[in-house]
Amino acid sequence: MKSLINFFEKIGYSVTSRIKRLGTASRLLFLILVSSGESFRRFQLTMKEIYFTGVMSLVIIIVSAFFVGMVLGLQGYYTLEKYGSSEAIGVLVALSLVRELGPVVTALLFAGRAGTAITAEIGLMKATEQLSAMEMMAVSPIQRIIAPRFWAGVISMPILASIFSMVGILGGYVIAVIVIGVDEGAFWSQMQANVDFRYDIVNGVIKSLVFGVACTIIALFEGFDAPPTAEGVSRATTRTVVTSSLVILGLDFIMTSFMLGG
Amino acid sequence: MDKIKFDVWVGIFVAIGVISLLGLAMKVGNLTTNDIRETYSVKAHFENIGGLKPRAPVKASGVVVGRVKSISFDTEKYVAIVKIDIDTRYIFPTDTFANIYTAGLLGEQYIGLEAGGDMNNLAEGDRITQTQDAVVLEKLISQFLYSKASEEED
Repeated sequence: MKSLINFFEKIGYSVTSRIKRLGTASRLLFLILVSSGESFRRFQLTMKEIYFTGVMSLVIIIVSAFFVGMVLGLQGYYTLEKYGSSEAIGVLVALSLVRELGPVVTALLFAGRAGTAITAEIGLMKATEQLSAMEMMAVSPIQRIIAPRFWAGVISMPILASIFSMVGILGGYVIAVIVIGVDEGAFWSQMQANVDFRYDIVNGVIKSLVFGVACTIIALFEGFDAPPTAEGVSRATTRTVVTSSLVILGLDFIMTSFMLGG
Repeated sequence: MDKIKFDVWVGIFVAIGVISLLGLAMKVGNLTTNDIRETYSVKAHFENIGGLKPRAPVKASGVVVGRVKSISFDTEKYVAIVKIDIDTRYIFPTDTFANIYTAGLLGEQYIGLEAGGDMNNLAEGDRITQTQDAVVLEKLISQFLYSKASEEED
């Protein structure tokens, strides 16, 4: 009997604590949105964060996009050739990149490259009481630290995702046309005939915008919520990657089912 | 110095992003080729539409002149009602033929329009009366087999 009560108590505790954390995260998002006027007025702060989250992620994004595109080209050709339709390789590469892989892989890489940095930075700022010191000086840490990072993430993500898709398609082009020798005209014209701007490209950009909001708010919240110890910060950084990845994949499924259904 | 460095790099970053998006829109997507803007919509009844889907192309002499807007089923006449959006630049006589064709052997299905000789033109909301259904491969094969079998009986 005692163990049964304990069992339910554990379940109840884990559920309520998760809901509490979700609530705190939503309040943080709300606070950011309310106080983001300041971060737009002093855009230089956001600019600096775009440099650290966006520009510094360019190398990893471009290199991985190129490899993803080349692998898509190789694998796609291998399968399509069996059905004698290797000209459709361009469509395959472009659609899978623009619709899915571009936004999703970019967001996963972003969570690993920039999300962890944000969490660790803010967690350490909190541990060394820099945030409290700011409050003492009547400087709002939300306005000065959190909001610029949030907007930097939201702005960077769609840009990075479009770069990812374009570079990936170029990678597919290199493999399909230059290495394998698929007809160049067929590669591009089939792609143009089957990729729709509004349905495929704009939906991909919308996806990456949503991922940008989700990734950055998770990273910010985990940093803000981290216990002010070395262990706490390290755990928060791990949680950022795990939670972001799961949220990205889950949101991607939900958005894809809406977009394809609509 | 730092301030200028950030601005330059962010500028380059945003520029590359915009170029990629434009590249996606122009080179990969159909923003340049898809110049159908203002349309008028007409209806057509088909007994069988095969694998026709919404947004399938509507072609006349191979040129894309419009797109399939929606497909529904009429329970009074038991036919499929296909609504078609045609670019306002292209006008067709009222006795235009609408056929469902297949691009290649296994390709997507599209509607082919063949202009008739009537003096009046199709307008918004009109119905194309002369239609030809999609060719269903199974029917074709079974017809062929039956005719072969009856030939041998003779």
